[in-house]
Amino acid sequence: MKVIPFMAWRRFAAGFSLLAMLVAGGALATRSLNWGLDFTGGTLVEVAYGDSVNLQEIRETLEDSGYEGALVVAFGTDRDVLIRLPLSYSDEQGVAMVEILREAASVPVELRRIEFVGPAVGAELREQGGLAMLLALGLVMLYVGFRFQAKFAVGAVLALAHDVLFVLGYFSLLGLEFDLTVLAAILAVIGYSLNDTIVVADRIRENFRKLRRTPPMEVIDVSLTETFGRTLVTSLTTLLVLLALALFGGEMIHGFALALLAGVAIGTYSSIYVSATVLLAMGVSKEDVAIPVREGGNEDGSQV
Amino acid sequence: MLNRYSLWKNLMILGVVLFGFYYAAPNLYAPDPALQIGGASGSQTIDSETLLRATEALSDAGINHFGEELQDGGKSGLIRLGARDDQLRAQSVLARALGDNYIIALNLAPTTPDWLVSGGAQPMKLGLDLSGGVHFKLEVDVAAATERRLEMYEAGIKRGLREERLRGLVRLQGRRIGMSFRDEATREAARSVTFDLYPELRLDRVDGDESWELFAEVTDATIKEVVDYAVDQNLTTIRNRVNELGVSEPLVQKQGSNRIVVELPGIQDTAEAKRILGKVANLEFRLVAETNAAVTERQRFEYRGEGRSGMTEWLEREIIITGERVSNAAAGFDQNGQPNVSITLDGEGGMLMSRATRNNIKRRMGVLFIERKYRTRYEEDESGAEVAIKIPFDEKKVLTAPVIQSALGAAFQITGLDSPAEASELALMLRAGALAAPITFVEERTVGPSLGAENIALGVKSVQIGLALVVIFMILYYRVFGVAAVIALTTNLILLVACMSLLGATLTLPGIAGIVLTVGMAVDANVLIFARIREELARRMSPQMAINAGFERAVATILDANITTLIVAVILYAVGTGPIKGFAVTLSLGIITSMFTAILGTRALVNLIYGGRRVDSLSIGPLPKRDPEEAAA
Repeated sequence: MKVIPFMAWRRFAAGFSLLAMLVAGGALATRSLNWGLDFTGGTLVEVAYGDSVNLQEIRETLEDSGYEGALVVAFGTDRDVLIRLPLSYSDEQGVAMVEILREAASVPVELRRIEFVGPAVGAELREQGGLAMLLALGLVMLYVGFRFQAKFAVGAVLALAHDVLFVLGYFSLLGLEFDLTVLAAILAVIGYSLNDTIVVADRIRENFRKLRRTPPMEVIDVSLTETFGRTLVTSLTTLLVLLALALFGGEMIHGFALALLAGVAIGTYSSIYVSATVLLAMGVSKEDVAIPVREGGNEDGSQV
Repeated sequence: MLNRYSLWKNLMILGVVLFGFYYAAPNLYAPDPALQIGGASGSQTIDSETLLRATEALSDAGINHFGEELQDGGKSGLIRLGARDDQLRAQSVLARALGDNYIIALNLAPTTPDWLVSGGAQPMKLGLDLSGGVHFKLEVDVAAATERRLEMYEAGIKRGLREERLRGLVRLQGRRIGMSFRDEATREAARSVTFDLYPELRLDRVDGDESWELFAEVTDATIKEVVDYAVDQNLTTIRNRVNELGVSEPLVQKQGSNRIVVELPGIQDTAEAKRILGKVANLEFRLVAETNAAVTERQRFEYRGEGRSGMTEWLEREIIITGERVSNAAAGFDQNGQPNVSITLDGEGGMLMSRATRNNIKRRMGVLFIERKYRTRYEEDESGAEVAIKIPFDEKKVLTAPVIQSALGAAFQITGLDSPAEASELALMLRAGALAAPITFVEERTVGPSLGAENIALGVKSVQIGLALVVIFMILYYRVFGVAAVIALTTNLILLVACMSLLGATLTLPGIAGIVLTVGMAVDANVLIFARIREELARRMSPQMAINAGFERAVATILDANITTLIVAVILYAVGTGPIKGFAVTLSLGIITSMFTAILGTRALVNLIYGGRRVDSLSIGPLPKRDPEEAAA
């Protein structure tokens, strides 16, 4: 098989990764995330009008009725409207608001959904989400360290952290709403990217044992080349279904699909460049993956 | 022989697949829209005559219906409807025809055929985001509950000291009750009074100059008890009230330490739901009227409960105390081992009770349970359309009427109960009046029925399209092996649905997303195996050997990769709530079923196609190009 010199490009890739991380970190620090209702608390109402509707009129109706700070946006089509109220409104305001809209409209107004999240719940979910991510990273590190070796664990976790930060930065930069489903998607990205990283790590370990005289960089290149076909095919099938989900799954899981699309793409890249580059930088060698020599027995199993 | 599965292995795989088909099958049968008729009170049964009246009313209104039946031995009745659009109209027709003694709930009746039902196969449950309905999260206010409890302690200690004629200053200080006395003897006496009254308080002595102080502190354990108590009390009352709302499959569940989750599928009117869930039942304590009392001074009430329906009791019009004065009621046993209920009143309640009972020993005292109910009246509005108007009224029924054995104070017992079950039921009812802690709605989600239906349609569509894309790609790229992978993938979907149905897991929109993701990721195992086989073939290994080596070598990698993903899925399940849990469930089940189908299932298929015969080439798509140097080596 023609070996692709992946590692020859590692400095360039490391530069790209660092830049991406800086941009993502900067975006998160300055713009934060566009937290969804699940995390901020407040009231969200989705209504469907019988005909296309003028958002400005809705805004005026709401303002006249004393709903200040209401955010009115179109949701998918020009008939579906999403209204978000800040935390200062009580849990009863959603229903009351729909009544006001019904009276003001000349066409039927259908209630699609109301969500009310109290302030304590929002803060708690945010805390839980962060905890879940750290817990996932920690446990994965333990498992990989146990099954492979510490250097592999560091590589895997750095790759995962890289992917998570990338998707968070992407959501922050584009101002996409970050809700509970997006959090689930990010945890799924951890799972997916890990899958990829493990497959590559597995092959690197196998090749270190097989190609005993080859320098580490070449072993990694050979391993990446051998798994490259599989990496591409799996990413492709996953991206295909995610594309179907993003295009046909509806508005409620659009954010979920977008997060996973970005995550799977970057996860594919990071399993090649981040984890392998880290391994190489830490000076991985065949000693790290040597099968421990059994003691106290000789080849034919007889004992003396 | 290489690449042949033994008969038992093939049979086992076939068995698992058939099992999957069987338990997934109920999901193919769309449920019928239906109405469920239940009695307004728990003991009421539905008979065939009621059912007949209901079906006749539906026929008169021109609503297509069928398959009426009695369920749970007459506890409820079910009528299936021809069209979902008729459901709401049919509900109001039945409400009108049967009156306020019946509760009509919207329902979806499964149409699972008998040959599936007999094996315990059921369709998946749909989450609220797919079925439409209301989700509430209520929270007990811990701070307010603590404060209320402290006030009760303060009043109780003040009263106790007064009764023992111990002079001192009692005041509330944060989470402590501070007491200061003039001399040490008084403090020691006060200490034992406080300890006898409330052994759960932690008592601390502090000596100052000229003052002897005592601090009673509420422990965390007590506060936890107060909150648990409030949560349990609310859980029970909410469970009772949910029935009034006419929901066929409600869910009322404790979450964490101080939250309650209520899910009501099919409910649209959140305002009504909140009103019913939030209302407080109340109690009245009144003396049983003497037989010679004037009619103007007495009132007749029915007994509440199944065993004593029809029995009545004459009570005095004058109320001794109401339920707000009850601070606690607990079921227990007296020294003879007989079930009893201990009641604690607040300070003023104790005073009123003692005043009323002092001169009425050997008379009986009735406890009335008051519930707000609604009567429906039908009127025509100005446009001539008929509208239902709900008129509230208080329903008062007697819970119990025990004999007063001695003058009662702030704490007394009701004895002579038939069973421990009756005692705990009575304690629960008595507590219903007492607001142990205020409860607030901290989360509320309503999904309209059209959005739910749309979510299902979109979800199914994305699964279909995603699956189609993967199928096309796999067959083009891996040819015959691709076909085997696609069959395994489809089987995986069926097994996943079967597992979810069997475990009674709830399908949510993120759950569907999880299924879609599983479709994309499940082929990974096959891709790994096939890539290995191609590599081995490129190394000039014989086809049979290559198949064998490909499967064997890829398994370790697949296991490692999937176990780590499973770790993440389990974490998701553990920390996630609601929809996230749904996603985690489908993801982890999908990983497990995909390992079975991709490794064992595909192998069985490949063995059937190629195994046990001479094969010159495999239809697995283009092989990786060999490096000339490597070939030479």
